[in-house]
This record gives sequence, C-alpha cells and structure tokens, in this order.
Amino acid sequence: MSELASAIQRRDLSDAPVRTVSARPSLRGRLANLWGRRELLGQLVVSDIRVKYKGSALGLFWSMLAPAMNLGIYYLVFSVFLKNGVPNFVIYLFSGLIVWNMFFNSVIGSTTVVIARAGLVKKVSFPREILALSTVGATVVYFFVQLAVLTVFLVLLGHQPAWSYLPLLPVAFVTLYLLAAGVSVLMSGITVYMRDMAHLIEVLLQLTFWLTPVVYSYENTIAPALARHGLSWLYFVNPMTPIVMTFQRIFYGATNVLSTNTGQVLHVLPQWSLAHFWVVNLILLGIVGIFYLLVEYLFGRLEVNFESEL
Amino acid sequence: MVNTIEVQGIFKEFVIHHERHQSLKERLLHPGSGTSEKFRALENISFSIAAGETVGILGHNGSGKSTLLKTICGVLAPTTGEIKLRGTLAALLELGAGFQPELSGRENVYLYGAMLGLKRKEVAAIFDEIVDFSEIGKFIDTQVKFYSSGMYVRLAFAVAVNVDPDILVVDEVLAVGDERFRAKCMDRIIRFQREGRTILLVTHDADQVRRLCSRTIVLNRGELVFDGPTTEGLKVFREHLHASEDSTTNSANENIEITSVTTPSGTFDVRSGEGMHFDVAISSAKAYAGHFVMELHSRRGELISRSDAMTSPVQLKPGSNVVGIDIAALPLLDGVYDLNVGIVDEIGQNVLAWSEKAATIEVAYDGREQGIIEIAPSITQL
Ligand SMILES: Nc1ncnc2c1ncn2[C@@H]1O[C@H](COP(=O)(O)OP(=O)(O)OP(=O)(O)O)[C@@H](O)[C@H]1O
Ligand SMILES: [Mg+2]
Repeated sequence: MSELASAIQRRDLSDAPVRTVSARPSLRGRLANLWGRRELLGQLVVSDIRVKYKGSALGLFWSMLAPAMNLGIYYLVFSVFLKNGVPNFVIYLFSGLIVWNMFFNSVIGSTTVVIARAGLVKKVSFPREILALSTVGATVVYFFVQLAVLTVFLVLLGHQPAWSYLPLLPVAFVTLYLLAAGVSVLMSGITVYMRDMAHLIEVLLQLTFWLTPVVYSYENTIAPALARHGLSWLYFVNPMTPIVMTFQRIFYGATNVLSTNTGQVLHVLPQWSLAHFWVVNLILLGIVGIFYLLVEYLFGRLEVNFESEL
Repeated sequence: MVNTIEVQGIFKEFVIHHERHQSLKERLLHPGSGTSEKFRALENISFSIAAGETVGILGHNGSGKSTLLKTICGVLAPTTGEIKLRGTLAALLELGAGFQPELSGRENVYLYGAMLGLKRKEVAAIFDEIVDFSEIGKFIDTQVKFYSSGMYVRLAFAVAVNVDPDILVVDEVLAVGDERFRAKCMDRIIRFQREGRTILLVTHDADQVRRLCSRTIVLNRGELVFDGPTTEGLKVFREHLHASEDSTTNSANENIEITSVTTPSGTFDVRSGEGMHFDVAISSAKAYAGHFVMELHSRRGELISRSDAMTSPVQLKPGSNVVGIDIAALPLLDGVYDLNVGIVDEIGQNVLAWSEKAATIEVAYDGREQGIIEIAPSITQL
C-alpha cells in the first residue's frame, strides 16, 4: 500500500457541490432537483416513443391510427347518423379530441409506469415523478402531430380559425400540460399502493369524457337545463371543460352557426368575449399550477415507501 | 482532507405487512385487517469517508449493507438522518443497472448515462471506451433482453466506471462476470484508488476486501459494530458471523480464541528458503474437534497460500492448547508477509476462531528473482 499512496493523485473536491439525502426533502429542493434532471426527462421521452414503436418505420403512423379511428367513428355517429346539424363538425370534434387524447393517454399511460419500471426505481436515484412526466412528454409529441393534422384539415376544408383567439393557445396548452402531468404523477404514485386503482381510473376517465363537451356541444344540449336550476357551475368544475372549449373556440371559430338540417341558429360554444376567455384561462392556469405543486408535495410523501412496496 | 460521504444518524424502518392488501377492493372489504410491523434495517449509522478512501462494508446476509448503500445513493430515503455527498456518484446496486430490456445496449448506455446525470454528448464522448471495456462488441445494438447476465453486468460496470465518478459504489456485482472480466474490474478499481476516487464496496469475499480496502465497516443486524482498519474489521466480522450462528444453532463452539502466535526463536525474520516453526496458542471453553487453517498474504493483500482445512484436524480440550505449524522451506522473496490462522468446524465451512495478521513475517532474500516466490528455474539452451 505504501508505494501506492505516493502515487495517489489528489482529486480536489473542495469546491464540488454538496448533495444532501434526507428523510424528507423540501418541496423547493425536489422541484430544483427535477429541473436539474430535465435532460434525463428528454431522453426518457425519446426512449418511451422508441419502445412503443420499435422496429416499425410506420411508428408514428400507427400511433395516429387509434385517434383517427375515434375521430371517424364519432363523426359518423354524431354528424351522419344522429344528424346534429353542426356544419364542419369534424373540426369541432377534432379540436376537442386532441385535448382529450393528450389527457387520457397521459393518465392511462402513467398509472402503472412506476410499477413497470420497478427495476429502475430500485437501482437508480432520480426524481421518480420523471417516469410519469416522460409518459406525458410522449403524449405531448403526439399532441403536436395531431395539431399538425388538424391544421391540414383546416386548410383542406378552407375553415378559418378565430385568429384573435389564437394567443390563448399557449396558455390553454400549458394548463392542459400541468393538469395532465399533475393527475398522471399522482396516479403513478397511488397505484404503487393500490394496484387495482388502474381499473377505477379507466372508469373515471370514461365518465369524465362524457362530462366534457368533446363529441357534443354543451351550449346546444344541457346548458339550458342546467342554467334553469342554477347548476351551470357544476359542469365547469371539470377543469377539462374550459380547456376543451378554448381549443374549440380557437379552431372551430364560430359560436353560433346555422344548422345544416333545419337552417336555424345553433349555439355551439359559449358566447364569452375574448376577455372572458382570457380570465377563465388565466384563473384555471393558476388553479392547475397550485394543483401541480400539491401533487408534487403528495408524491414526495408517497415515494418514500416505493422501495418496500415494489 | 474533505469528506466525500458523511452519514449522520441514519435510521431506516421498513413496514412489513403480514397480510398484504395491495388492492383498493381488498382494502375496502377488509378495513383494518392485515397486521403490519415495523422493522429496523438500519439503526443509528454514522460515519464519514474522506476523498480517496476505499471502504469495504461487511456483514452477514440481511445485516443492512444493501439498504445502507441504497440510502447513500438516494434510491431509498432514510427514515431519519441525513447523508451529505460531495462530488458525482456512480453506483452498481445488486445485479444490473435497471436497464430497459426493450432497448438496445447502445440506447441503454445513453439512458443510463442520463440517469447518472450526464448530457448526451458527454456520453457520446466516452461511448467507445464503454463498449471497449465491456467487450460487448457487436451486441451493443442488440436488445438488452437478449444479453446474458454476465454481459448485462459488464455493460453496467463499464458505464459506471467510465463516467468519471468521484464516488463509486459497488454492491456485490463483481461476482457475476467471468474471471478475466473480474480481474479487469479489479484493475480498474485499483486505478480508481490511485486516481484518488472514493470507493465503497460491499462483498462477501474477504480476500477482495483485504486486497482493496484499508478501512472496513462492519454491520450487524442494522447496527454499525465496527469501523476501522481492515485487519481488525475482518476479525470482528468473523466473530459476529459465528456469534449469530450460535444463537440459532447453539453449537458448542463458543469461546475459542487464538491467544498468541510465537516462534521458538522469538523472531519472525527468516531467510528465504529456510524452514519456520510457529506455536499457536488457543484457548477453548469446551472440548471441540475442528480443523486448523493458516493463510499467508502479501502486503498488497494477495493470498499466497491457504492450507487445506480438511487435512489438519485438531482436538481442542478445555483450557489452553498449542498447535504447531511447521513449514519445511519458505520459498518467498524479499518482503513482509502476514500470517492468518484460524479454527474451522469439521466440514470446513464455519470459522470458529480467527486471528487476522496473527504474525508478520519478514523474509530476507539474496537471490535475483523478482516477485513473490522463488521457483529457481534452470534454463538451458537445447
Ligand atoms: N423493501 C424492503 N421491505 C422490507 N424489508 C426490507 C426491504 N429491503 C430490505 N429489507 C430488510 O432489511 C434487512 C437488510 O436487508 P439488506 O438487503 O440491506 O441486507 P444485506 O446486508 O444487503 O444482505 P445480503 O448480504 O444478503 O445482500 C433484511 O432483513 C431485509 O429483509
Ligand atoms: Mg445485499
């Protein structure tokens, strides 16, 4: 050993940053850590997409098949068979569906992600919420692909979006992202303790889908009935509602249209002014932002025992 | 000298469920049923490790070694207490790195690099070195699920040692590789030592600890029972190993102790090629039939020779006993060597008494051969 000792080079670590592992890191510390690992998040998103569509050059095409099928079926059912009379209904449908798809796929994909990657969770240290966030990240990629397809639809059908509402898009998108991320992270933590939570989530998502005005118009259906009983607010408790409505307002454009069946005026979207939309969106962004912080806090409590539950 | 690892009062409790209800349905149907109990895997562990130290962690199965390493790596949060780490850390915790089986080796290397906190281009810069070291070759583009367990560990180890960590944490992973790869890992660990990196090593291989670690921490049932020089650490570890056996099997082997090792001349200096005689004094509480073992180590910790336990039976009587060791000729070269002696049971598996560095032998050699032993080859041109 003695001849070794003389050969030892000294690594100077006196300036190296000190990391602390403690029983309960602060929320601020955890968020800083999460931000510090954004490169990892990026790589996980890429590998997520790769694993899902490995070996198929048509990967992205396949990933679009399911949403395209849904779009086609809903269009047939509501526009062709049930004749809801909404002109260019496919645009209305599509602008709501891309929002719903992102939320749905994020949450469904995240519920079991920690369990599926147990091997990693037990061996490498990284912020565990990154697993759910990477699933959300992959759905963001699909979201933008679908957005591009929607744009093609708009051009082909010669449909004008509401240009003055377009600046709402980033705000509504960030809200959607934070909401999807919050629910996904929370669920990924809870399912570790309750494995059958995944089934319950599926049912709840189905319910939420029908409580969100994606395949039907709220104004044109239940709005009058709810207003009569003073219960309109109840419908807006679902945070997906204002987000979906904002997207529809931007891309579908019109609030009142003429029915293709009767020629009468149909109220498709709320008669809110641009300013009202801004207020609604900003308030929702604030609420969802706080919700995400709450989720981070709760997840911090949940992740402590992951190792012994997995 | 700065400390790279400071462990301060770590406790870790696991909740053990006796009747697991891992589903919502079961929890709703059987509220309050299913007992659980707290189990302390680590109890008030504190130590600090200076930059450049290599520390071995010893302890029998279930003593908390892996749990301790996991908390240090941040995989597991301690129940109370705090750990401060200075510098970057790469860890290999029990078999493999948590590679994603669906991805190729290449993609996993990048992902694992990112897990350890490296940017993509930083991994790209060391990628070839990693592949070279792992000797995975063309399999690097094969999905990891088709790797053998040795290949898996090789790739994981190659990444961990090539990312330039300040602290390397290794938990029993070296056992899987083949002999050649194991030697390569050893070389790399020794190089790391020279480069002044901190190494934390869990292994059940006492020879490895002796060879690599100047300091040893011994855990027993979650408690730190020893922290100090390796020679004493190994002794404490062996004592605890059979102490815990006693409580379960209750064999009559308590209190066998090696009290001294002496030579007739009183000196442990010897000329190369000469014979040697040692008297080993052993005190025993009870009569015991066992076997005697001796080991000779170089100062680098290499095992030079271990006697065959099965051919050296000893009958210990209550009280003091003396066992003689006769070595007809010691063909060692110049240097200082350590003698370890011990008593093992009849099947040669359990160590009942052990004396690490029971004696230090100094060998003087006049010849010109180099290395450890003299083989005196006669070389003739034919
Ligand atoms: N996730 C867990 N949940 C409950 N108990 C656990 C968990 N992980 C470890 N333990 C318990 O903690 C104790 C220490 O385990 P640990 O894996 O640290 O032992 P070890 O010293 O590494 O043993 P070995 O030599 O077998 O690797 C064991 O009794 C084990 O049962
Ligand atoms: Mg272990």
